[in-house]
Amino acid sequence: MRGKGQDQPVIRVRGLRNQFGPHIVHDGLDLDVYRGEILGVVGGSGTGKSVLLRSIVGLQRPAAGSIEVFGIDVLSADDEARATLDERWGVMFQDGALFSSLTVRENVEVPMRAVSGLAPEIRRQLADLKISLVGLPYLAGDKYPSELSGGMRKRAGLARALALDPDIVFLDEPTAGLDPIGAAAFDTLIRNLSRSLGLTVFLVTHDLDTLHAICDRIAVLAEQKVLVTGGLRDMLAVDHPWVHEYFHGPRARAVFETPNAAGHIRKV
Amino acid sequence: MPSDGLEKGETFREFVPALGKFNAAKTGQQPGIALRPCKQPDRHRLTLPMILQSTGKHSHLAEEAIRIELQAAEEGKLLKLHGDLTVHQVTRMHARLSDLAADAPLVIDLGAVTRLDTAGAWALSDLKRRFTESGGTVRIENAGPDMTLLLDSVERAMPKPEVSPAGPRGLVLLFEGAGRAVMRGLEFALELTGYLGLFFARLGHVLRHPRAFRLTALVAHAEDVGFRAVPIVALMAFLIGVVLAFQGSAQLRQFGAEVFVVDLIAISVLRELGILLTAIIVAGRTASAFTAAIGSMKMREEIDAMRTLGLDPATVLFVPRILALLLMLPILGLIANLMGLFGGALMAWIELGISPSMFRTRLLDGTDISHVFVGLVKAPVFALIIGVVGCHAGMQVKGNAESLGRMTSNAVVTAIFTVIVADALFSIFFAQVGI
Repeated sequence: MRGKGQDQPVIRVRGLRNQFGPHIVHDGLDLDVYRGEILGVVGGSGTGKSVLLRSIVGLQRPAAGSIEVFGIDVLSADDEARATLDERWGVMFQDGALFSSLTVRENVEVPMRAVSGLAPEIRRQLADLKISLVGLPYLAGDKYPSELSGGMRKRAGLARALALDPDIVFLDEPTAGLDPIGAAAFDTLIRNLSRSLGLTVFLVTHDLDTLHAICDRIAVLAEQKVLVTGGLRDMLAVDHPWVHEYFHGPRARAVFETPNAAGHIRKV
Repeated sequence: MPSDGLEKGETFREFVPALGKFNAAKTGQQPGIALRPCKQPDRHRLTLPMILQSTGKHSHLAEEAIRIELQAAEEGKLLKLHGDLTVHQVTRMHARLSDLAADAPLVIDLGAVTRLDTAGAWALSDLKRRFTESGGTVRIENAGPDMTLLLDSVERAMPKPEVSPAGPRGLVLLFEGAGRAVMRGLEFALELTGYLGLFFARLGHVLRHPRAFRLTALVAHAEDVGFRAVPIVALMAFLIGVVLAFQGSAQLRQFGAEVFVVDLIAISVLRELGILLTAIIVAGRTASAFTAAIGSMKMREEIDAMRTLGLDPATVLFVPRILALLLMLPILGLIANLMGLFGGALMAWIELGISPSMFRTRLLDGTDISHVFVGLVKAPVFALIIGVVGCHAGMQVKGNAESLGRMTSNAVVTAIFTVIVADALFSIFFAQVGI
């Protein structure tokens, strides 16, 4: 089911301009995200990967440009359209951003409370299901975020982002700060959830393994815009110095040139 | 199948009104019930991928209603589901499905389901689990590939409730709670004493090794806790003097003993109020600042970094802070005394016509210098309490911001409370020795 619906992007960013005082982060940035794909956004520090994510979900008002999600203009959406959007996307922040005064289960229930007519008992069981879907043990639901490890907090944050079965999830550095085993498990989790729930995933990352393992398409941010998008193979052919350095550096070589790596590169 | 009241060949159906307010508004359709005869041949049966491609997930209104049909089939019961099995419908759907008795093999036909989300899949998996547990079988038919994938993932992830280990309850819990609180209180007092001892030990160390002493830090803290507190302390004491004169004169005038207002002001300000209220203000200002500063360093592992670099946190952080407070609080107390007397004198002049020179004479005649000492001797003790409580609370901060906030407010409350307790002990002591 990858690559279908190429005609109509679910996220359409045009001419985005973000600026903090004299510092221009984005200028004339265009980006399309298609239904059902996993898009990895990479770029050097300070190229505004997170700012792009925050702009799309409406947390950061850009200086210029247009952002459409499901055909709704995010920047001029009224409250009702905005509520629809909030229901159709989920955001996982870097450290989970769980509400610290609530248990994990209550955190996952928060978005579900907006659903009218959902019985509390069912809501609780659905929250338990989401907690189990992201690979947390049952009893983790009773714990407070401060009692969890970083990796578990990320999983719980993902469970909350998935609470209402959104069409798009935004993940901000999902594997940052995890050990390689935990990061690989998280990659697998994202890929499986994306397939079984039909998710579109927009993920900001530094992690070459993640790009390699799960991303259908990669967008490289540099020179204040999306410099190039495409599959991993396309990236290897780009001769922009930063992109070349990123995908041909010693770390990249270690990831991409493992003997059976070719088998894992997925069709784009 | 008598248990669910269904005769062979009979059908029931249920319509759930659509909830899609937004979709209704968007498509211009009125919310309503899509009535379709249930024996109608499935001419326009749509599979999920078709719907997804043609209309997107949140599609037309008619597809948001669910319909559940139960028919008796040759191999048991046939459950036909229509519409969107989503989180919006799951409560009704689950209630409906819970009524099914697990007494015959069940076939679930998802052919007419337009949308399935994890909530719908959960309801189906829950039904399946219930049937399987009581020995029945459930088979799902006509599910598209996406639905099968979703059902499989949900079924694999179905949580198995575990009971967390049972804790004590009832009276036991009450006694245990009380016991723990008492022990925590004792531990806390012990820790505070430990910190006091630590401060003195490090102070002694610093006196023997003056090179380890941080004079710059001491001066900076002294400026912060002493000099910057002067305006607020002075204003507070001035107003206290004014209030005492005003209230005292009103009462003493009844006996014609207005002149004793001078004694009243002098004794209460010099002995008690000047230093006590200064200590309370400093506890609010400085104990919280100590906790916040040390706590945020603790949070960012700066304290651990210091230890690894061979710096002793007690020497570097506690000694300059507490020592600054120890030096500054008596000075602040003295300022408070002066301002209290000044405020009192001013009010006595305005309200009772006691001239400043008369006030002075009366003050020197009627008030012993011992009152000043009784007041100021408490200052170092209060300073130690405030400093030790603030530093101790800072060191108790864990890795998150909310514990920093909690410890900061704890520090203020503990410092003020302890200062008042110490003041009461001083009063009893002085009364006993007759000063």
